[in-house]
Amino acid sequence: MTSARIIVDVQGVAKHYGAGETRVDALRSVDLRVHAGEVVALLGPSGSGKTTLLNVIGCIIDPSAGKLSLDGEAVFDGHWLRRDLRRLRLEKIGFIFQAHNLLPFLTARENVAVALHLAGMKADAANARAQELLDYLEVGHRATVKPALLSGGEAQRVAIARALANSPRIILADEPTAALDSKRAGIVMDLLRKLATEQDACIIAVTHDEKIFDRFDKLFHLRDGVLVDDAGG
Amino acid sequence: MNLALKDVQHNLFRFVLTCAGLGLLMTVVLAMIGIYNGLVADALNIVKAPQADLWVVEAGTQGPFAESSSIPADTSDAVARMAGVAAAGAITYQTIEADHAGRTMRLYLIGYQPGHIGGPIHIAEGRGIQQSHFEIVADRKSGLVPGDVLRLGRDRYSVVGLVEDTMNSGGDPAVFLTLADAMDLQTRLAPAAARVQAARGGVAGAGANVAAVIARLEPGADVVALAATVRQWKHLQALTQAEQENLLLVSVVDRARRQIGLFLGILLTVSAVVIALIIYTMTMEKLKQIATLKLIGAPDRTIIALIVQQALVLGMTGWAIGLTLILLVKDVFPRRVLLEPFNVAMLGAIIFVVCLAASGLGVRAALKVDPATALGS
Ligand SMILES: Nc1ncnc2c1ncn2[C@@H]1O[C@H](COP(=O)(O)OP(=O)(O)OP(=O)(O)O)[C@@H](O)[C@H]1O
Ligand SMILES: [Mg+2]
Repeated sequence: MTSARIIVDVQGVAKHYGAGETRVDALRSVDLRVHAGEVVALLGPSGSGKTTLLNVIGCIIDPSAGKLSLDGEAVFDGHWLRRDLRRLRLEKIGFIFQAHNLLPFLTARENVAVALHLAGMKADAANARAQELLDYLEVGHRATVKPALLSGGEAQRVAIARALANSPRIILADEPTAALDSKRAGIVMDLLRKLATEQDACIIAVTHDEKIFDRFDKLFHLRDGVLVDDAGG
Repeated sequence: MNLALKDVQHNLFRFVLTCAGLGLLMTVVLAMIGIYNGLVADALNIVKAPQADLWVVEAGTQGPFAESSSIPADTSDAVARMAGVAAAGAITYQTIEADHAGRTMRLYLIGYQPGHIGGPIHIAEGRGIQQSHFEIVADRKSGLVPGDVLRLGRDRYSVVGLVEDTMNSGGDPAVFLTLADAMDLQTRLAPAAARVQAARGGVAGAGANVAAVIARLEPGADVVALAATVRQWKHLQALTQAEQENLLLVSVVDRARRQIGLFLGILLTVSAVVIALIIYTMTMEKLKQIATLKLIGAPDRTIIALIVQQALVLGMTGWAIGLTLILLVKDVFPRRVLLEPFNVAMLGAIIFVVCLAASGLGVRAALKVDPATALGS
């Protein structure tokens, strides 16, 4: 699979917060490549920089140094090469949050449709596609329910549907299974795997969940802001 | 998909409650504007009622509203004969208390000469005065209706007609009666006062005196020149209609007007702050959702629209509720609440601007929020 196209290419990325006495080096020169079709995990103790790395890849925070390419396009090289990062996110990146962050005032279907709508799809088409995605994730029957009434697992699947809405090449997930029992965690992992294969996407997930380690193609270990070699890779 | 509307629907009860609160505040603001206008309009109404161009009053006074004035009744004939004068009439004003149907009311008596100017112009109900004695036309606010009989002094007067919105600056409803009756009442009603005035060496035989003579000019006549001519006559002073109106505003109702005006200013400021606070808080509560929207790729204009649309819906709903309420209750107020469409539109515009400015604060905060905050649990 390593012969496949490189989707995420992180080179020498560093990120520090603050300055002087309070300076925290969250990442120090990280190199990471993820290919199309791959499902990889970011592991490491708390504070090791996993979320920071995920956010850098998601173009949510500015790296302090290094290079970043996404789907063959150089997006960061000392500074952002694109101004409309939100457009980039809309088109190429899907996020699955730990706290699934559904908009409370929209129904499950609308939560998915809003991402399609933002990408320019007409309301009817967006609703139809949202329903399709929800059906695919087996929460179609909860389409008209607001997030507050969804179970943790249902909400998680709606959030996944939203992340997939615009068929992103990159899916970033911060502890996607933390709120789920092991059976549901397995289902979610199967699903992510299916996506990676079917849509030629790559999936990067932060996890502490040892039960699902064997579901990943590669495990990347972070320690104090550096990737360390690991036999699991 | 309109996010602003969806969010409003999601929190509909709270939103309606907020709108209702704002609506009540707007009711108070509109009531205050109405009271302010009513005060000015009432004060001017009594001056405007005779539709005169020129007021002839006692020399050295600014009568008959700002100061008392007393001039011989036959001045009317002299004024009528002046070139350029189309019609003239003598007029008296007097506040009295009268008992009717078991309650005491203050009335503002206007005595005029039937057949001359100064009488009621728009009769809202009933008819005008036809007999030379014992008929009156009253303002509707007095509570009198045609057919009522009212005791004034020793005589009984029949109410034959009603007028509207005619009262003095104190809010006392006007009652029109013939000049003869009015002068009769003046001498009889307050003998003590008449004696005091006589003792002071006041006007002897006050019965032959009136408060003012008003004149309506022929088209094209020069009111300023006519006023100048009258001023040359002994014991007389002349004011144009514009001077009379201005006098009333600056001397008689000025304090009340400024008092209410200042209060209105404070009220508007408070409303602006309250609106700003509501909208700002509404946005702050949504910051995390806004961060989520940014994270999934929503452009700034989606976020700005969300905030601004909600602010405007809130402001305009509040304004509409306020307008509805004040229209429902304005006639319950003891004094006139006068709302001009212009004032209502102006308030709408002010609220619109306040909402925009307030959402500007929210928008600033929303645009600054880091999409990463959506990730923190
Ligand atoms: N906004 C910030 N400002 C300052 N320091 C930060 C900020 N975000 C993260 N850090 C610091 O950077 C380091 C890495 O944080 P990060 O959130 O990436 O860790 P993590 O591996 O995701 O940890 P966890 O497993 O607890 O989620 C930590 O020391 C953290 O305190
Ligand atoms: Mg983390």
